Amino acid sequence: MTHPNETKTAQPMVMMRDVEKYYGTFHALKNINLTVAKGEKIVLCGPSGSGKSTLIRCINALEVSHGGEIVVAGHSLHNDQKAIDAVRRVVGMVFQQFNLFPHKTVLENCILAPMRVRKLSRAEAEATARKYLERVRIGDQADKYPAQLSGGQQQRVAIARALCMEPKAMLFDEPTSALDPEMVKEVLDTMVSLARDGMTMICVTHEMGFARQVADRVIFMADGEIVEENDPENFFRAPKHQRTRAFLGEILAHH
Amino acid sequence: MGPQEFAYLLQGLAWTLVLTAMGFVGGIAFGVIVALMRVSSVTWIRLIAIGWIGLFQGTPLLMQLFVAYFGLPLLGFNLPAWAAVGIALTAHASAFLGDIWRGAIQAVPRGQTEAAMALGLHTRSLMIDVIMPQAFKLSLPATVGFLVQLLKGTSLAAIVGFIELTRAGSIVSNQIYRPLLVFGVVGAMYFAMCWPLSLWGRNIERRMSAGVSR
Repeated sequence: MTHPNETKTAQPMVMMRDVEKYYGTFHALKNINLTVAKGEKIVLCGPSGSGKSTLIRCINALEVSHGGEIVVAGHSLHNDQKAIDAVRRVVGMVFQQFNLFPHKTVLENCILAPMRVRKLSRAEAEATARKYLERVRIGDQADKYPAQLSGGQQQRVAIARALCMEPKAMLFDEPTSALDPEMVKEVLDTMVSLARDGMTMICVTHEMGFARQVADRVIFMADGEIVEENDPENFFRAPKHQRTRAFLGEILAHH
Repeated sequence: MGPQEFAYLLQGLAWTLVLTAMGFVGGIAFGVIVALMRVSSVTWIRLIAIGWIGLFQGTPLLMQLFVAYFGLPLLGFNLPAWAAVGIALTAHASAFLGDIWRGAIQAVPRGQTEAAMALGLHTRSLMIDVIMPQAFKLSLPATVGFLVQLLKGTSLAAIVGFIELTRAGSIVSNQIYRPLLVFGVVGAMYFAMCWPLSLWGRNIERRMSAGVSR
């Protein structure tokens, strides 16, 4: 049954319905239901092994889900390579370990996919790359190799590399967890500015300051389930679930 | 040892170089194919590569030369000796290089593949632009080591009547009864080929270290 209003509301960026995921016999995601609207910023948190990384990796099909339905920007993700390509074309991802290509310079990292996937000419790809490298304030490092940069700089390059594909949504998988403490801020600032520009963002992070600042919703996961979700204000002020309170106690005690 | 004997040794050296070049070029070209088949996600393609590698790693090069030289003509392939030896060396090298490069491809961190896939790159670009350049660098010490082994292994072609450097040495030695001198010269010639190869390997290894993964 179609609700009459449904045609009027904009198509969500991500829609997950009854998603299940197993690693062998381990039940990694249990009955996940999540809808992310265009422009929405979601922070996913939870203890390690709770399934939050697995969840966002299902969105761009780095992991295959085993049940339910995932629709991203209008493309239903089954095991069909065309849909997977279409989704990866519009969804960028930033990893905990940066995963820059170590044998390519910063600029080469940024132009590879635009040339191969978007079929831009080298000149167009370089112009795009320089624009986004400036945007993450690292334009002067374009000819260096990743190993010559600090962790924070590398992660900003990784963000620029993803932006060069001009995605409609960005996934962040613990983008600051591998960084030295003094470099966390420069990466978070970049993410905040991206959020201000209206990017749809789904971030797995334990940076609760970031969550308060930009998240529209904070989602808490444990044991493969979404336990609780709320706007940041209420999430931090009045967590409903015992596990959420315990988790927040742990996390905030260290800050 | 007069100039005539020395010239004979140089002729043997030339054949050693020809055999080595055949083994290198053929081994590298087919080794890439074996390595890619070995990491294929399609089971039967992978099994063929596993079988190929097992066959040539599990039998002596000498036997492989025998099979190519005496066996292929029995199957109706009338090949000159250099071609039979070239085929054997190519097959041998492709199996060893294929396995070396299989290991190197698998040693490239998983995150590289994930980043490339998240950017929408397909298998072809993933392998050519991202994985193989890194795998090549990782595999350089083992690859150069194997190529040096292969160069020395060409001496086994003497057994099927090929007058390459080692065989030329034993012929000259039998003529002039100066084995120490003759094989000293032969040894020096092998060294003069292998040592620059090792140096060259070390050199590109150093030059490529700019892009080292942390």
